[in-house]
Amino acid sequence: MTNSWTDIKNTDLVIVMGGNAAEAHPCGFKWVTEAKAHRAARLIVVDPRFTRTASVADYYAPIRQGTDIAFLSGVMKYCIDNDKVQWEYMKAFTNASYLVKDGFGFKDGLFTGYDPEKRDYDKSTWDYVIGDDGFVVTDPTLQHPRCVWNLLKEHLAPYTPEMVERICGTPKDKFLKVAEMISECSSPTKTMTSMYALGWTQHSKGSQNIRTMAMLQLILGNIGVRGGGMNALRGHSNIQGLTDLGLMSHLLTGYLAMATEKDVDFATYMSTRQFKPLVPGQTSYWQNYRKFMVSFQKAMWGDNARADNDWAFNYLPKLDVPAYDVLRMFELMYDGKINGYLCQGFNPLLAFPNRNKVTKSLSNLKWLVTMDPLDTETARFWENRGDFNPVDTASIQTEVIQLPTTCFAEEEGSLTNSGRWLQWHWPGGTPPGEAKHDTYIIAQIFLRIRELYRKEGGTFPDPILNLSWDYADANEPTAEELAREINGRALTDLMDPADPTKVLVPAGKQVVNFSQLRDDGSTMCGCWIYSGCFNEQGNNMARRDNNDPDDTGAYLGWSFAWPLNRRTLYNRASADLEGKPWDPSRKLLEWDGTKWTGYDVPDIAPAAKPGEVGPFIMNQEGTARLFARGLMRDGPFPAHMEPFESPVANVFNPKIRGNPVARVFETDLEQLGLSDEFPYAGTSYRLTEHFHYWTKHNHVNSALQPEFFVEISEELAAEKAIANGSWVRVWSKRGSVKAKALVTKRIRPLICDGKPVHVVGIPLHWGFTGSARKGFGPNSLAPFVGDANIETPEYKAFLVNIEPSTAPQEAIA
Amino acid sequence: MTLDLSRRSFLKLAGAGVAATSLGAMGFGEAEAAVAAHVRPFKLTMTTETRNTCPYCSVACGVIIYSEGDLRKGETADIVHIEGDVDHPTNRGTLCPKGAALKNFVKSPTRLQYPMLRKPGSGTFERISWEDALDRIARLMKDDRDANLVTANAAGVPVNRWTTVGMLAASATTNETAWATFKFAKGLGIVGFDNQARV
Repeated sequence: MTNSWTDIKNTDLVIVMGGNAAEAHPCGFKWVTEAKAHRAARLIVVDPRFTRTASVADYYAPIRQGTDIAFLSGVMKYCIDNDKVQWEYMKAFTNASYLVKDGFGFKDGLFTGYDPEKRDYDKSTWDYVIGDDGFVVTDPTLQHPRCVWNLLKEHLAPYTPEMVERICGTPKDKFLKVAEMISECSSPTKTMTSMYALGWTQHSKGSQNIRTMAMLQLILGNIGVRGGGMNALRGHSNIQGLTDLGLMSHLLTGYLAMATEKDVDFATYMSTRQFKPLVPGQTSYWQNYRKFMVSFQKAMWGDNARADNDWAFNYLPKLDVPAYDVLRMFELMYDGKINGYLCQGFNPLLAFPNRNKVTKSLSNLKWLVTMDPLDTETARFWENRGDFNPVDTASIQTEVIQLPTTCFAEEEGSLTNSGRWLQWHWPGGTPPGEAKHDTYIIAQIFLRIRELYRKEGGTFPDPILNLSWDYADANEPTAEELAREINGRALTDLMDPADPTKVLVPAGKQVVNFSQLRDDGSTMCGCWIYSGCFNEQGNNMARRDNNDPDDTGAYLGWSFAWPLNRRTLYNRASADLEGKPWDPSRKLLEWDGTKWTGYDVPDIAPAAKPGEVGPFIMNQEGTARLFARGLMRDGPFPAHMEPFESPVANVFNPKIRGNPVARVFETDLEQLGLSDEFPYAGTSYRLTEHFHYWTKHNHVNSALQPEFFVEISEELAAEKAIANGSWVRVWSKRGSVKAKALVTKRIRPLICDGKPVHVVGIPLHWGFTGSARKGFGPNSLAPFVGDANIETPEYKAFLVNIEPSTAPQEAIA
Repeated sequence: MTLDLSRRSFLKLAGAGVAATSLGAMGFGEAEAAVAAHVRPFKLTMTTETRNTCPYCSVACGVIIYSEGDLRKGETADIVHIEGDVDHPTNRGTLCPKGAALKNFVKSPTRLQYPMLRKPGSGTFERISWEDALDRIARLMKDDRDANLVTANAAGVPVNRWTTVGMLAASATTNETAWATFKFAKGLGIVGFDNQARV
């Protein structure tokens, strides 16, 4: 989230699209209710289903899953055509006026440079015109035909209300009503907030779904302001934290990048990360990259990361592919190329698409280790449970070690919520039986491996033998020790750059925040964006001052928000070019003549003059990008693409299947279905009574929602002679499930490109362990294909068929 | 006599077995005292309160855990109740149907108690000691890394990439656990390393 949960109360209009906050984030949704009750804010829901959020909305419009880009492009076009643009904001704070290279264009659903063999673009024309001075050439009058603004208008031209209706199935009058409501938020004194979740991410073009709304928000002037923003409602309690800390194949901590084979040494790695400003006088904050990277290497390998050994750069693994993401890993496992796997608090047998493939992949492992508080399906993937897990146990030669871990109530530490608040918590109970903390388990495995390398030697033991493991009890580091490492400290006395005789931070003391990090090896810091969380003032994540001066919703004294305790990202954009708030009643920051003051920690140097330095300091431009240059694989502008399995063809080019640059493995391509055999549009979702596959272990939640079901319209039920509450079989090209049918008015057929499309809703909370009745998950059906930029699987749009059936059997007689 | 009693401390007092005298002192009549005397004692009396956050979605509602026993005194602590934290700015004491049932999650009958081993081809799990389990995992990992770590590519560039063993990290663990896990996995050279954010 750019903003926080408590900030939502400041909005005028909430759009929930690609999510269902009332169901999946109920206590955060309360702030929507606050805005409705106290600001007369309105709520719009755009969703294939009439959701729990829709039931309290001021306006609901249906949409076919996987067509959000077309819908939002239509809204953008409507705003531009009707002069509903926050012109001053858009001109000053985005790259609208920048000129784009000749040669860049878009035709037949594809951008310039497409190579169908490689399924990739040559992106060399997707860039700005750079002048002789090294800066981008601009036309502030927006008259030049090659400026971003005019190229964008041209790109949006096809997305008329009629085209939106044709692609999305949203009736024209409903689309226009939504567009009109949204367009009112172009006023500097009206804001809209976007609340989205996996309804946008779980598509083969998920990143572009989100990007389209971000562009709309920029055109309306709604980024960086109170009650505005792009608010990703994350799925797990610390999914934000684990991403921030780089527990992903392509990341290091704080969004530093994993090295690749092209980075032959540290100097080469840094040479592509100079981040020179593209506009004169701008703050390009990533120019500090080297300080964060060297401090990270020092946190990993301490005294063994030195200038004379390239900061131990060779200790880091180097990628030969963009990422060993989970789909690639399970593809390799399927091919028998993975020997061992560790699952910490993760249940891939129900979480990853194409369960038959997942089962076969796990069966190819020599060994599997699970660490979990609960008895997961993954730990028992080898157990025959009749229809619910039809495997041949004896033939599965995988050794499985299941380790019991503690849960939240028995451990200490911080979790990062969607609003980037790092909140500390304390243990309240004794763990059951012999359950252990994850920190103990990780430490024990590490220390044992290190000992084996000390005794036996082995292949390249250096990064293991030299890994910094300096804890009072090496057997189990404490949460405080680890948090202090994440914050970082001075390794030698840090002298004040303004007065070299003065010690700024004595050796051994915590740095106050990342502004004190150095690139000469004199500081260490585990994760630069978290620096400030645990400094010499103490554990800032444990702060509990819930005062909120002037009721802005900022709560600066509660916990610690990254970065630098800032609550709203890009908050300098809440003020105009003179530094005055666009909306005085919703002031966030103000320029007082010498510095920025206000309710939040400024997202700009405190003395950076308003007319000179742009608000988007993490970009080389200092502005936000309506045109993304070559930074996204599937286009600098978002373009409509169908899901890989779609009931209708791409209207711009029927030959394009799914996202033309998304990676598809050969065996998975063969397992994609067509609409003649699988005519119905399947989608997955959550219920408020359950959390993933955890709460089916809990009696209370199991009683509230005991049984797996699929949700279909009355029209489809009539067509297929399916009675409400009867058993049905739902199948895709990849698998089959049995469920009770829930026949409902909440789903209605949509008319897309002239033909009816029926949606089949499939909730995701059941399996074969726990207290609830046995059931299946949508992953038995979903395709093994991911987003082109980040490889999140396409769970929200795939094809199925459905028929009446008999009940599933637990045991094969 | 002036008493400044919050609702909670009043209830604690009322249920703590001193009902009759206390209620009398506060001016309650005998009838009320008689009722208080036979109701079940308030279950949170003398419990330890601990601040925590809900482990489910990313709203991260504040919760208070009530335990019999105090971990900070080295005692065994049994969780008897979990409720919303009214001081928390986001949830202000409220919880959803999942958060409201958190105690039953902690006490789920399928919470794991002991390390277990499933041998190749076997149809059952059997108990294994922590020492044996951890030694076994370390042995398996070390042997595979020694055999399969790619130390350099064809051009001789050091790559130190271990692709034959992968790891999934848990996005419900703390940041501090995540940092320890990160050091472990990337330090060993594991590249097939993701968390739920990928899905």
